[in-house]
Amino acid sequence: MPLVNGGKIADDSFVKLAVDTPLPEGGDILVPAERFLGEADALLKRAGKLGVIWPNSRDIAELVPYLGKLATVALVFPTFRDGRAYSQARLLRERYNYRGELRATGQVLRDQFVFMLRAGFDSFEVKKQADAEAFMQTAKRYSVFYQPTGDGRITALHRRMQLRHSEGVGT
Amino acid sequence: MYAYDEIDRTLVNERVSEFRDQVKRRLSGELTEDEFKILRLQNGVYLQLHAYMFRVAIPYGTLATNQLRALAHVARKYDRGYGHFTTRQNIQFNWIKLAELPDALEDLAKVGIHAMQTSGNNMRNVTSDQWAGVAPGEIEDPRIWSELIRQHTTLHPEFSFLPRKFKIAITASDHDRAAIKIHDIGLRLIKNEKNETGFEVLVGGGLGRTPFIAKTIKHFVHGRDILSYIEAILRVYNQYGRRDNIYKARIKILVHELGIEKFSREVEDEWQHIRNSSLQIDDEVIEDIRSRFTYPAYEKLPHMPDELRQAAADPDFEAWRKNSVAPHKVQGYSIVTISLKPIGAPPGDATAEQMDALADLADKYSFGEIRVGHEQNLALPHVAKRDLPALWKALDKLGLATPNVNLITDIIACPGLDYCSLANARSIPIAQELTRRFANHELANLIGRLHINISGCINACGHHHVGHIGILGVEKNGEEVYQITIGGRADENAALGTLIGPGVKFDEVADVIEDVVEAYLALRERPEELFMDTVKRLGVEPFKERVYATR
Repeated sequence: MPLVNGGKIADDSFVKLAVDTPLPEGGDILVPAERFLGEADALLKRAGKLGVIWPNSRDIAELVPYLGKLATVALVFPTFRDGRAYSQARLLRERYNYRGELRATGQVLRDQFVFMLRAGFDSFEVKKQADAEAFMQTAKRYSVFYQPTGDGRITALHRRMQLRHSEGVGT
Repeated sequence: MYAYDEIDRTLVNERVSEFRDQVKRRLSGELTEDEFKILRLQNGVYLQLHAYMFRVAIPYGTLATNQLRALAHVARKYDRGYGHFTTRQNIQFNWIKLAELPDALEDLAKVGIHAMQTSGNNMRNVTSDQWAGVAPGEIEDPRIWSELIRQHTTLHPEFSFLPRKFKIAITASDHDRAAIKIHDIGLRLIKNEKNETGFEVLVGGGLGRTPFIAKTIKHFVHGRDILSYIEAILRVYNQYGRRDNIYKARIKILVHELGIEKFSREVEDEWQHIRNSSLQIDDEVIEDIRSRFTYPAYEKLPHMPDELRQAAADPDFEAWRKNSVAPHKVQGYSIVTISLKPIGAPPGDATAEQMDALADLADKYSFGEIRVGHEQNLALPHVAKRDLPALWKALDKLGLATPNVNLITDIIACPGLDYCSLANARSIPIAQELTRRFANHELANLIGRLHINISGCINACGHHHVGHIGILGVEKNGEEVYQITIGGRADENAALGTLIGPGVKFDEVADVIEDVVEAYLALRERPEELFMDTVKRLGVEPFKERVYATR
């Protein structure tokens, strides 16, 4: 499954651990939420980057005490029709000021890229190779946005205000 | 009318090109039907019994004449020459070919019409009063706010994959023509003691398998906070709404399971986090939207022009005028409702020729504006009273002057088993038969206001729960069986109907309805007591006795 990071297909340095996989000596690891919460201290002492896979049914606020120490938070789309992780993503970015990698996992298709980028995701485990290759092109599909989110794109309402004021300068 | 600017046009065009790509990927096999299903539903495309059905949004029920002509064009070029107006200010085309859909969308985009979010588990078309901006006594034009919410809910990055569909309706009049109490969010525009605009917010209404009337969650939300408040409701719903069972996934079930107090506390907590964010709307933004609505330059006209006085001698004209013409906020003007319920025809259908002709009439007599109401009728919102006789003649020629607005033959019905893959029973033939039974205008007038709503399955697209008489078709042992309720209503006093007894067979339905109506005529205290009031006074028992005594 190709990973798109920083807008292009990239190698994934993270290894995903199950609840009971023995902890590897070094290297970057992604661990399930339950295991992370159970062994947080030990995991944080390790060398190598640490990330957590957070299910969409669990309150994201539980993760807040650890956010500064995590390299990656992976949120889950069990199917692309299940949109709970969009809310989790926005809360992480906009309320809890999480600045690390925010990864979309599960059923990730090109048709969600724009929504995901707007919600704060910057890393994508894409289901299909063709979709991953089309990332840049798809991400630019829209130039108009009606809602303010943490991604800082200017909304239509504010763009209109700007236009109105700039027109006002000349008159 | 709201005029799209370059920004709105760009977004609609970008959406058309995205959908074109999605269709292309489906046709090439790159997308499975399962993947494509969600994508096409996000853009109003259902797979029905015979073909794809295409649902197009008419936000808050306002159409310009060039837009109505574009709908006629789509009906003619891509469909079978007609369209069907729905109960949520949409129009549906029933025979669209998938490969041609992107072209149809592109043709509509040229006049600022789209099909975004007319189906799927997202925020649906925002609906409002079809008399918005012209109804006497209205607090202010609710379309300004409807448009603001339309924009905010369009391609929302957080709420495009909700547990289930989500519908918002807005009214600004005492008499609720937008049926806000059967919506996921109902907004009643009000003023506070400082004369500031805001909303009473209702939540958790809806029909379907488990019907609920919406409850008030907050008595006053200031206009500047309305987007953040809606966002708070949606965020709570997106996270906690059930996703394990499609029939329990609407917000009404969450509100019911948590209770309105707990639900409103959750929303309040969330709202406190976001109310002072960039979601707050300043006056300038509202004024900008308001400035892009144009209003007619009304003339100073007499209350009773000569033309109207002379035409009063014609009983057919008078019958139509008394039935279909309503007072306008400006003296000398009227609001004209156009019945799409001719005797013997499917409710809500209009042919391409009728749409084109109506567009011409709207240009001539209604400042180029047409409205669409949830009762599946159209309206011309600004007709000078002196023009009423000429307009009536023209409408009559088009088969659009049936004087049955709000009468027993003004039936709301879903497409039913004739088109819909979800239906268990036919709806349209029941409606057609009922219109024939009550075709006599004198009789219908004698009965007075009476709404019959028909759904062909439990999903309740025909709003049977809130019909004064509701008819629900179900399937029992391979046969169509119809359950009859009475006493429902969808207005400011919204209520769910009560079942009168066991279901009846397809060919008995019209007889049963006749019995119910005869019972009413015999039971009412005086001619002014409407069906609804008689049911309220006496309950269902006497109606039940009458219907089942001989069955």
